Amino acid sequence: MAIITVQNLRKQYGDKIAVRDVSFSVEEGEIYGIVGRNGAGKTTTVECVAGLRKPDGGTIRVEADLKQQVGVQLQESAMPDKLRVGEALDLYASFYANPASVTELLDEVGLDPKAGFAKLSGGQRQRLSIALALVGNPRIAILDELTTGLDPQARRETWDLISRIRERGVTVLLVSHFMEEVERLCDRVAVIAGGTVLAVDTPAGLIARTGGVQRVTFRTTVPVESLNSLPEVHSVTVEAGHVTVTGDQNVLRAIVMALPDSAISYLKTETSTMDDAFLALTGE
Amino acid sequence: MAVTAPQVRRLTSVETKLYLREPAVVFFAVGLPIALMLILGGTIPGFRDPDPALGGLRPIDTHLPGMMIILSVLTCAFSLLPTVLVTYRERGILKRMSTTPVSPVTVLGVQLVLNVAMSLFTTVLMLVLANLVYDVPFPQAPLAFTGILLLGMVSSLAIGLLLAALAPTSRIVQGLGMAVFFPSLFFAGVWVPHDLMPDVLRTIAEFTPSGAFGAALVDVLATGSAQWPHVALMAGWGVVATVAAVRFFRWS
Repeated sequence: MAIITVQNLRKQYGDKIAVRDVSFSVEEGEIYGIVGRNGAGKTTTVECVAGLRKPDGGTIRVEADLKQQVGVQLQESAMPDKLRVGEALDLYASFYANPASVTELLDEVGLDPKAGFAKLSGGQRQRLSIALALVGNPRIAILDELTTGLDPQARRETWDLISRIRERGVTVLLVSHFMEEVERLCDRVAVIAGGTVLAVDTPAGLIARTGGVQRVTFRTTVPVESLNSLPEVHSVTVEAGHVTVTGDQNVLRAIVMALPDSAISYLKTETSTMDDAFLALTGE
Repeated sequence: MAVTAPQVRRLTSVETKLYLREPAVVFFAVGLPIALMLILGGTIPGFRDPDPALGGLRPIDTHLPGMMIILSVLTCAFSLLPTVLVTYRERGILKRMSTTPVSPVTVLGVQLVLNVAMSLFTTVLMLVLANLVYDVPFPQAPLAFTGILLLGMVSSLAIGLLLAALAPTSRIVQGLGMAVFFPSLFFAGVWVPHDLMPDVLRTIAEFTPSGAFGAALVDVLATGSAQWPHVALMAGWGVVATVAAVRFFRWS
């Protein structure tokens, strides 16, 4: 059963349309991604779902108490500099009727309760922010751009934390413009551009829509025009001594069979990713 | 959204700690008014001489503590309260809280109560020290004195709330606060007592919120009662400022 249903959502600021027509539904227990470029309408969409903004059109149904059962982690929200981590969690826990254990949450996000907010690193601030979104024992957590500006290590730690949230049975609505994050975490993804939904699918489904393209790059001493006639090959480009061939999943074997062994050096293969899928969908 | 006891308890405890962790707050709202009272009381000539116009009381018994209490109240109202609230809004703290079950009434109420408590604490400490050091008598009409004090605090804080509602950034609210603070101190009679002001200026001053507060507070210390027009003016300013603050206040 859908826990969040958004139908034909529209929101504008003055005469600037932020969200034109967005519909999607989130099933209980899944991690649902909203992806798109900056300015695509992602944040406005989830802020409407969270009840922070009033839609100009369409309907939003959330099968949970918006205040008590929806935890929200906002983009760019800070705490007072001299507030300590433990105090922040105790404070937010006091707001809810049925809060989670602060001790367990601190343990889960790995933060020192005595640390002052001003001294936390970017990653620690995000983990605190996630902990604050979870302290009310929510059924739904809305997380907006939670790894933007983090270093790779901190990003990975945050991802691990999100995976553990799912194990608690919390439904997660995750806003991101970071495709690797979405591919790794989300069960389903809505791709948003220009205030409308371009596609909804699993990350694997979205990648498959681009045809499951393989890209092979290598250097060679022999002519490569003959590769164009192979059925497995889609395209061949030569640039600065590097040959790039795209094709289906058998393209690598076809190339190796067609060219003499010794003629190939520096070989690299890439499978298309969410990035490719996103770029293909948004027409770049 | 209901106001619950755990919310009020935690918010009060956290906000109190945050105030106490800012040495500047404790200095300007508590230390400075008390220190000025003690230093000026001991150094300004004539402050310790009985004045027939005050029914034989000394300026140190009436005008000086009255003005130093106002200094503390206006510091809370025009500097501390609006700066905290606008900084909270600027940093997304209020918006974040608005996604939780805590009511805005609780968040604002705790701030107001804390500022009232801080000024009350300053007042009591000041009166006790003044009594011990300069033999200043305690207010002869404690109930009337407390009533005037609370009314003055609430109307001043309401104006502070209005500043917080109108100022878009914490820098602007600090500037705006100072622009209101210094004229208010003047109108209250901190630099020139109302008695020494030219008639026109005195009339204008007593129509301002801090002027009415200053006049009523000195009156109640000197005579044990205040004039109704001053009381009505404070209440009127308080109501107008509250209504406007509620109308214009934004959470994000």
